[in-house]
Amino acid sequence: MKKSEVPQDKSNLSEHNIKEICYAVDDSGNYSTALSSGWEAKTVVQKQTIEAINERIEEARQKVQKGEASPILYFMELHKMDWQILSGYVDMWQWRVRRHIRPDVFKKMNHRLLSRYAEAFDISIEELQNYKGE
Amino acid sequence: MQLNFTHHQTAHCENGVASNLLRDKGYDISEPMVFGLGSGLFFVYLPFLKVNHAPAISYRPMPGWIFNRMSKRLNIKINRVKFSDKGKAQAALEANLLQQIPTGLQVSVYYLNYFPDEYRFHFNAHNLVVYGQEGDEFLISDPVMEQVTRLHARDLEKARFAKGVLAPKGHLYYPTYIPEKLDLEPAIRKAIKQTCRDMLAPVPIVGVKGIRMVARHIVKWPKKHGVRKANHYLAQMVRMQEEIGTGGGGFRFIYAAFLQEAAEILNQDIMRAFSREMTDIGDLWRDFALSASRVYKKRSNQDDVYQTLSQQLLHIADLEEDFFKRLKKAI
Repeated sequence: MKKSEVPQDKSNLSEHNIKEICYAVDDSGNYSTALSSGWEAKTVVQKQTIEAINERIEEARQKVQKGEASPILYFMELHKMDWQILSGYVDMWQWRVRRHIRPDVFKKMNHRLLSRYAEAFDISIEELQNYKGE
Repeated sequence: MQLNFTHHQTAHCENGVASNLLRDKGYDISEPMVFGLGSGLFFVYLPFLKVNHAPAISYRPMPGWIFNRMSKRLNIKINRVKFSDKGKAQAALEANLLQQIPTGLQVSVYYLNYFPDEYRFHFNAHNLVVYGQEGDEFLISDPVMEQVTRLHARDLEKARFAKGVLAPKGHLYYPTYIPEKLDLEPAIRKAIKQTCRDMLAPVPIVGVKGIRMVARHIVKWPKKHGVRKANHYLAQMVRMQEEIGTGGGGFRFIYAAFLQEAAEILNQDIMRAFSREMTDIGDLWRDFALSASRVYKKRSNQDDVYQTLSQQLLHIADLEEDFFKRLKKAI
């Protein structure tokens, strides 16, 4: 990449006034650094990623609303987590976390167990229990 | 309290922390030099491991390896400590600051609120330097940021004790011994040999072979998982390739800059030619990223789009195979 080709597109970074460093070649063929405000290709895939996450959150919300899943699913998606990450935070096996997504199992969960999830999501137990997908 | 620490912005976090910590001790080691000496250029494809609901692709070795390899080759000693107790982890950091030691930390990006939301994922292998403390806040030199920044002790603790893949476990590190004169020449030779070995490894998911495997899989993704998922996979690949971790084009350019520096130190002009070649390959990686992002943008779903992308990658793999074979001989 030549220095003159370092992309200066509008991006999530430029909105926050952040620039990143790129290595590029100057006219005499020597490497140096240049600041970039962003690159279209990156912005596109970031947008896609955020959209995909929002879709997952919305799907989870609807499932909770219909009573097909416990609020844990919604908060997991909201915090950009997956089974593996969440099971790390609550320190339980993945199969156990997956089981806690079942509304009937969730209802029977004791205070201690709920508090682990509440802590992982940085909310109170009441907020976790009372989330109805609205 | 604030240590006298000079922040330099870099393209990649681990190189940056290593380079900044060495510069702090008065050694002028650039980011490309750290990257090259640590054999940072790598490729591994782990289709069975899902990250952000897409197959994992890593463009770099395990976190910490770049700094470790470089240190070993230059005879630098680093002290690395992990913690199970959060209180002890913070106490150790504070004790270091009191002893005037700027300290490197492994953290999760998710809790670094100075990044835009679009960048905050559960990625646990980010690196930064803490160089001071003021009240409840730590003073942070994050190498991918233009300026130094701050983080509340609470958020820093969360970032240090994030869970999931590559959980940092409070990991902190700092150099304890650096030889007076760094013997770069043999270190460069060793490092380049290792990169050639890595990229030409006879393992189907590693190096050039790994790139080819991804290329073959790209064609199958839309049939196997549907267009939606295939495009999501592609987007994630490009994200891992060109975002903060900067793997594809970005890493090639850093490596090319390293080869250019190496040409002078080794007194081997041919390294400059290799550097130019690597730059061209880096441009092809960027072309690939651009085409891949356009597939998503147009939501185009013809099979030949994936064919073209696959061909682009295969072409890159061919060029890199040839490149590293010749580099191996030249070094």
